[in-house]
Amino acid sequence: MINPFTHKYMNGREALGFAILAAIIFVLFPLVLEPFRLNLFGKYLTYAFVAVGLVLCWGVGGILSLGQGVFFGLGGYCMAMFLKLEASSPENTAIQSTPGIPDFMDWNQLTALPWWWEPFNSFAFTIFAVVAVPVVFAFVIGVAMFRRRVGGVYFAIITQAIAAILTILIIGQQGFTGGVNGITDLRTLHGWDIRTDEAKTTLYFVNGVLLFAVLFAAQFVRKSKLGRLLIAMRDQEDRVRFSGYDVANFKIFVFCLGAAFAAIGGAMFTLQVGFMSPSFVGIVPSIEMVIFAAVGGRLSILGAVYGTLLVNWAKTTFSESFPELWLLGLGALFIAVVMAFPNGLAGVWAEQVAPRLRKLWPGNAAAPENTPAE
Amino acid sequence: MFSDYSMSELTAIFAMQGFAGLILFSVFVLMALGLAIIFGQMGVINMAHGEFMILGAYVTYLLSNFFEAYLPALFSIYFFIAMALAFVVSGALGMFVEWAMIRHLYKRPLDTLLATWGLSLILQQVYRSVFGAREVGVTIPDWMIGSLPLTDMIEIPINGIFVMVLAVGISVAVYVMMYRSRWGQQVRAINNNRVMADAVGINTAWTDRMTFAIGCGVAGVAGSAFTMIGSTGPTAGQLYIVDTFLVVVFGGAGSLLGTIASAFSISQAQSILEFFLSGSMAKVLTLLTVVGILMLRPQGLFAMKLRK
Repeated sequence: MINPFTHKYMNGREALGFAILAAIIFVLFPLVLEPFRLNLFGKYLTYAFVAVGLVLCWGVGGILSLGQGVFFGLGGYCMAMFLKLEASSPENTAIQSTPGIPDFMDWNQLTALPWWWEPFNSFAFTIFAVVAVPVVFAFVIGVAMFRRRVGGVYFAIITQAIAAILTILIIGQQGFTGGVNGITDLRTLHGWDIRTDEAKTTLYFVNGVLLFAVLFAAQFVRKSKLGRLLIAMRDQEDRVRFSGYDVANFKIFVFCLGAAFAAIGGAMFTLQVGFMSPSFVGIVPSIEMVIFAAVGGRLSILGAVYGTLLVNWAKTTFSESFPELWLLGLGALFIAVVMAFPNGLAGVWAEQVAPRLRKLWPGNAAAPENTPAE
Repeated sequence: MFSDYSMSELTAIFAMQGFAGLILFSVFVLMALGLAIIFGQMGVINMAHGEFMILGAYVTYLLSNFFEAYLPALFSIYFFIAMALAFVVSGALGMFVEWAMIRHLYKRPLDTLLATWGLSLILQQVYRSVFGAREVGVTIPDWMIGSLPLTDMIEIPINGIFVMVLAVGISVAVYVMMYRSRWGQQVRAINNNRVMADAVGINTAWTDRMTFAIGCGVAGVAGSAFTMIGSTGPTAGQLYIVDTFLVVVFGGAGSLLGTIASAFSISQAQSILEFFLSGSMAKVLTLLTVVGILMLRPQGLFAMKLRK
């Protein structure tokens, strides 16, 4: 049978998967969830950006970054700086000793806006910076590490150290960054109040559209020659190198791409939640983002979205009612997903659920999907 | 900034500051030794290393309470028993963890990292449920309280000296185990060439388990020593983990001397910078320098030359 949807970059089944996820995000959630919960799910979906990036870096490329929170945070902070400057107009901050600068700077006896805050008065620059700052940072790290063939666990430890350093720096430089509280009390985007329910619903849809753009980009990378090279690199790096490819360039590219995805997620997080703080930058959030991707299935970009939604929903539900159980559950989840389900939800689906569905549907005799093992 | 002080005062300040650096050095060495065995020799990333230290600290806490209540006569020496017990308890837990988890993951180092992170979360919650979220401190025996007057201006706290002596003692013990014992020889042989070591009749599975257990046991002793200079909370272990890994990686995995040298340089850099900058900036600068040097020299300070 010739499937009209069969295409180089997406076969029929994958298109169906995208359609189902789109239906869930754009139809089901807005219909059944009240605005508060919808905003909560919008927040979860911002983490999905990071998880999709991790699927490309870690699942496909074999590069485990424990510092994705850095890029999420940088993207979020860029957006928060713009919103904070808009919220700190001289009229709004007339009671401060220096009107017109963000309140935390005033509290820390700063009398002028630091020079590197100035460009964030411009929205166009902010949009540019949201992606550019984390990508440049990732590029520097990537060039330094991958050119010298640092990989595997060393890369993981060093990215983790970078996450720790950035957190200490943000908390320590209270006057410039808002310290441990982060940048709070964000109000409007170009005069449009982002705190109302309608604004939050609109932002949820914007977020969903961006997420799908990212998902399509990830799908494109996976199905392209680059994606196949990444998998080859993950499994037999030396052979790829001896075949004449510059391995470092591919690694740098995919690491930067993951950083860009995370940064978009961070900026959308700031818009939807209304603040940004160092608690989304450090070691703990960064490693939790890895578990989102791992639960969804480290090789499945759609799985990453489901994994993120599931883990965060469980976190909210359990930590509301049984805070003690949550940490135990999260710890057990880390161990279980590594030891018993290395391919996560997507693996369970491909190995357990899909074959049974196929039996129920005798007409649909498609070949089983190849889910590469560990 | 120095003009307000007299010469002798300055000497005293630098002596005290240098001594604070030495205590930090001892702490780093103690933290890193267990990891140098586990990560350096076996290549296993144990993110729960901090929690094994905290286990040793809690064992000491329990024993301190026990001796205070039932054996006050022997209270002055309880600490030595506590250290031995901390070694045994942490080592036993390490052995169990290796059997249940780590041995299935030797071929997947990144997955070991995630699984042991999960273990660390579970242990933290267990500590919180058993001992409460508040930090606990032990009662220090009388002979360890107070300080040793070196001159009339320089005083050295006795518990600091004690931690330093411990760090030296445990380093020597680990060195002897690694380089002078049959077990150490086997560990190094496996580290060099696992298949060959297996072929000449070394029981690699058992050696792995013992190595992991001893590494965890050393972590437990380190935790026990920390109770002498600070209090213990359920999440304290997580604070150490980045520093500890950086110390081991910076020194060059597999080199005990490298670990000690890197602990020395990191601790001295940090305590000297702390004199000029705020604590957080000193830490940021030190860690950034370490990360920067690691980017230029990924194999660390003292790299073992191996043919892989």
